[in-house]
Amino acid sequence: MKPVVVQELSKRFRDLLAVDSVSFEVDEGEIFGLLGPNGAGKTTTIKILVTLLKPTSGKAFVAGNDVVKKPGAVRKSIGVVFQDTTLELEFTARENLDFHARLYGMGREERRRRIEEVLSLVELSENADQLVKNFSGGMKRRLEIARGLLHFPKVLFLDEPTLGLDARTRRRIWKYLEEFRGETTIMLTTHYIEEAERLCERVAIMRNGKIIAEDSPEALVRRLEGERVVVKAKNPEKLMAAIRELSIFERNGRLEIFVESAEHFIPKLFEIARNEGVSIEEVSVKRASLEDIYVKLTGGET
Amino acid sequence: MSEIQGIYVLWLRDVKKFFRIKSRFLGSLGMPVFFLIFLSIGFRRVIIPSLPEGISYGDFVVPGIIAMVLLFSGTFSGVSVVWDRQFGFLREIIVSPVSRAAIAVGRTLGGATTALLQALILLILSFLIGFRVPISAIPALILSMYLIAMAFTGLGILFSVFMHDVHGFQIVINFFVFPIFLISGTIFPISELPESVAIISMFNPLTYGVDAMRFVIFGFSEIDPLLDFAVLLASTIVILITAGFFFSRTEVE
Repeated sequence: MKPVVVQELSKRFRDLLAVDSVSFEVDEGEIFGLLGPNGAGKTTTIKILVTLLKPTSGKAFVAGNDVVKKPGAVRKSIGVVFQDTTLELEFTARENLDFHARLYGMGREERRRRIEEVLSLVELSENADQLVKNFSGGMKRRLEIARGLLHFPKVLFLDEPTLGLDARTRRRIWKYLEEFRGETTIMLTTHYIEEAERLCERVAIMRNGKIIAEDSPEALVRRLEGERVVVKAKNPEKLMAAIRELSIFERNGRLEIFVESAEHFIPKLFEIARNEGVSIEEVSVKRASLEDIYVKLTGGET
Repeated sequence: MSEIQGIYVLWLRDVKKFFRIKSRFLGSLGMPVFFLIFLSIGFRRVIIPSLPEGISYGDFVVPGIIAMVLLFSGTFSGVSVVWDRQFGFLREIIVSPVSRAAIAVGRTLGGATTALLQALILLILSFLIGFRVPISAIPALILSMYLIAMAFTGLGILFSVFMHDVHGFQIVINFFVFPIFLISGTIFPISELPESVAIISMFNPLTYGVDAMRFVIFGFSEIDPLLDFAVLLASTIVILITAGFFFSRTEVE
């Protein structure tokens, strides 16, 4: 059985269907990403997989164990890095790791060796004996990733691993995660497209509790045949109303139109603009990226 | 095996934090120390009919104030599970292989130990104002103190299950901890209470706890000491099982 198998999973909170009949599988050793805007149901899905929440219906298996029937076996085989920090702030980095290792029943020798190993992995060896409350956000996150890997989990879950971190720290965390690629199966949620594009072998895009697309980032981009035309115009609303193409969005003051062929579309665009009396200031053509498919599928929410 | 290691490491965390955050336990000793000093000074000439010869009010009140420390610190550390929930640390524990029941037990033992340590500090301070405990009484005294601490730490954990944020603290303190403190024979004998109030105090585990402590120290008790220990032990067990049960059923989001 694959390390993560999810079958028609749903979770209802009173009148809100947070996860709506979601199915997917994660392969051994891959980095799998759940990508979607806030409130899409990514975190709820992860919480069900790590046994924090019980599903309303459907099934989920992690490392071969049913998350509802055998939560204990699931907990033994997973590492989790939550969105908000879950460190003991009054403890040093080493004490946090030691606490964790004991919770997972690791012996003294193994504990000592592995703690040094994961500390150097995330480049915190020199800060090992400092209190965590004095750590920066990036250091805390690195420590949590080290802690998540400490007990050799079969699957590592990361909920928005780089949320709120600066660009440099984010790249650093990506570097660590890329180093573990292939060793541990990693499932992460993110609403940063570049994060999914850079790290994930496969991505599932979620919106309103449903998975609306699932594939490798390249295949998703390929699926969006054609090109993206970016237009800056004096009166974009008027132009937008006149263009009949289905995939049109306004972003950063520019109109973005997904078309099969820019060559044929651009003359038509100028014709429409002339008829509507809108003057065009800039036109550019871009090759489609994962971001485009994301915008197209989610309507541009982040 | 890993359950026991889990319990141990949770206990260790509480004890480590106790020794690390000195301002917290110094601060929490302030109130009982003032109670101890000013109650024994203010009432030093008061004669309470139900007290036997040779036990002054000053002697009588020391076990009461120690029980007060156990009650307040125990409940506090139990309720502090709410902090863990709010600051996320509870999730780290909950997704580990250690069972919820073991988590509740580990937290209770840890909270009770820190409450006991605070109470022992107060006991030592009371020696400075002339209080004396027979050395042979110390093991039984510590046992009764630890049982009181466990009962109220467990009760605090039970409260934490139904509290969603730290604002509930004030309610617990004012409407629960204070009445328990006042109607338990801590600062006056229950025989001085009108019968209707005395009956209420019979449903209060702390009444039996303080009485047991006094029996161990002075050989004086208002209730049969065997009954004291039986009720104290039974209520500790019932509270722990109830707390463990409700704690296991909570969803941590």
